[in-house]
Amino acid sequence: MVRSKGQSACDSCSKYSAKGLKKLGLKTDNMDFVVALAGNPNTGKSTVFNSLTGLRQHTGNWPGKTVVRAEGAFEYNAKKYKLVDLPGTYSLLSTSQDEEVARNFILFAKPDVTVIVVDASRLERNLNLVLQILEITDRAVLCLNLMDEAKRNNIKIDHRMLSRDLGIPVVPTSARFNEGIPDLIHTINEVAEGRIVCKPHRIKNVPKNINKAVKKLSLEIQKQFPNLPNSRWIAFRLLEGDTHIIDALKTGELV
Amino acid sequence: MNNKSIENILALSNDLRWKIGDDFHDNLAEGIYADAAEIAGSSVSSDNQKKRFRLDSKIDKIVTSRTWGFPIMFLILGVILWITIEGANYPSSMLAQLLLDTIHPVLKSMAAGIGMPWWLSGFLFDGVYLALAWVIAVMLPPMAIFFPMFTLLEDFGYLPRVAFNMDYLFKKSGAHGKQALTMSMGFGCNAAGVVATRIIDSPRERLIAIITNNFSLCNGRWPTQILIATIFIGAVVPESFSGLASLSAVIGIAVLGIFFMFLVSWALSRTVLKGEVSTFNLELPPYRPPRFWKTIYTSLIDRTLIVLWRAMLFAAPAGAVIWLISNINIGEESIAYWMIDFMDGFGFLMGLNGVILLAYIVAIPANEIIIPTILMLTVMVGGIAGGVGTGVMFELDSVNDTAEILRAGGWTLLTAINLMLFSLLHNPCSTTIYTIYKETNSVKWTTLASILPVIMGFIVTFLVAQIWRMF
Repeated sequence: MVRSKGQSACDSCSKYSAKGLKKLGLKTDNMDFVVALAGNPNTGKSTVFNSLTGLRQHTGNWPGKTVVRAEGAFEYNAKKYKLVDLPGTYSLLSTSQDEEVARNFILFAKPDVTVIVVDASRLERNLNLVLQILEITDRAVLCLNLMDEAKRNNIKIDHRMLSRDLGIPVVPTSARFNEGIPDLIHTINEVAEGRIVCKPHRIKNVPKNINKAVKKLSLEIQKQFPNLPNSRWIAFRLLEGDTHIIDALKTGELV
Repeated sequence: MNNKSIENILALSNDLRWKIGDDFHDNLAEGIYADAAEIAGSSVSSDNQKKRFRLDSKIDKIVTSRTWGFPIMFLILGVILWITIEGANYPSSMLAQLLLDTIHPVLKSMAAGIGMPWWLSGFLFDGVYLALAWVIAVMLPPMAIFFPMFTLLEDFGYLPRVAFNMDYLFKKSGAHGKQALTMSMGFGCNAAGVVATRIIDSPRERLIAIITNNFSLCNGRWPTQILIATIFIGAVVPESFSGLASLSAVIGIAVLGIFFMFLVSWALSRTVLKGEVSTFNLELPPYRPPRFWKTIYTSLIDRTLIVLWRAMLFAAPAGAVIWLISNINIGEESIAYWMIDFMDGFGFLMGLNGVILLAYIVAIPANEIIIPTILMLTVMVGGIAGGVGTGVMFELDSVNDTAEILRAGGWTLLTAINLMLFSLLHNPCSTTIYTIYKETNSVKWTTLASILPVIMGFIVTFLVAQIWRMF
């Protein structure tokens, strides 16, 4: 293969075929996979969204810019992906409308892959949401975005270690400069096709009495719904008295 | 599905919930934080991490300080408006020359050449085409300058600092601090601002934010303010100060809008929307140098052209309506004449005139076309063009010519000031009204949000006119 000028190593790598990527913009019918984009506000989700779909959703440097979910599409290696940009949230535990939009989508629409976009220079704070999402879904990719800023701030992240701890693939990116995006697409593809199997981290530092209660309840839930990947999280929510989840359980929406 | 076993699960969860006690939520949250700290601790390393944050927080200390926060805000807004005012005049007059002086006569003579009936060529070229041409000439230059600058500021990360500065005031008026963000969004577009209120979780505070968003001067109204201020306010001071005077007037109107936003929020939260103020965390994102050319490009495409397109979409039928009502006669005079005549008395009370009120009715679909509509109505009905004929436009080379038309239409400084006030205080455009309905799902709140500003506009302009005339 001849490498022309201006191409990055990724473009010519055999694992990633640039030819295989087609940005489909708004054409979201007949999709093979659904991919959700989640993350804290202001981590560049919309920028990642734009660079994957070729759309130009306006991006701005302030929290709360995306309050509705935006949809777009791309095609990679003959598979069509619908990409849903969820509102940025700090957590999934409260009840504001933007958090509910994000949570309900991951929970009920069950995307094939959830890409969690985090700010590399504020990783610890961002992990709060990541850990909550990993309780809900077991097919996720961590997009370690804003690597350029982290680098400027002399922050180094061992992304392999992070990947091992979280149990999901981690891809460092600088979406504003399109760096790492090919790798991200490739990883999304691997998870969607089932070639990468995640073993997501589950929250460990839970007080004993709560842990016992949760275990008991989730066992009961599992008995009833053997195919549910997130019985533990449902148990958390039931213990919290979340009426939405109680309703969803009654109507069978969760399955 | 076995309903009984679901009941069992719920019963068990109720049972367990009692056992584990109240602090479940906090315990879980703490657990998550502890996990996060462990994971981050083992994969993140940094040497002198504080350095850049220190620069950010140094900037923040100044732009969000009690003393400097507000002056800096006004200074930045002032500089942006000044560049817009100074920069828009020249391209505006070039566009007017091209679209109105050159292309319009060509179209008219072509129509005559192929034997088009007078009413058809009048309807198409004096109505629809001219409305479009005026919208482009009047609106495009200020937008093409203002929006990219505003977007650069947004991308840099300044808006959350504005929110931070104003948080205290919003809280005092019984509203949610995040309303500062939806307000800033409203400075772009009120419909977008209304949608943005979804970030506010309390329904009470969200309603306040929705109802008062219209007090943010939007895209469609900035050019009106800038143009009228340039023509009338700038003219009463010595020429070297005219730019400064007109931009102060525009800032004054924007600040007045913010003042009304607080006032109405305060009144609502003390009457129909009583309740506690919720607390929240506002994160100040890091400053990010915007990618200059990319931002310019996307803001031109996404904002300027979209707003312009919308204005044109509404201007074409409005132009047709204007031409029709000024060319269809009832008795001796045209419909427009009768309508203007009918509203003139009421307009006079408010320091405005019948033309302006009629224009605001024609332009309900889009605020953007107010000035073009006023100009067309003034010319068509007033017959100012020196006998060119009803419904036929004449050359409009520059801001100066616009000024001449308006002065010939009997405008004074009071008319200009009250038009600026009324442009701030009137019903939201139809898109925004529809958005409010979609977001609130309530006819009652939508009606309130639509009517309230107009009533305030009537009252304020009336008072200003009365006080003005006393002196």
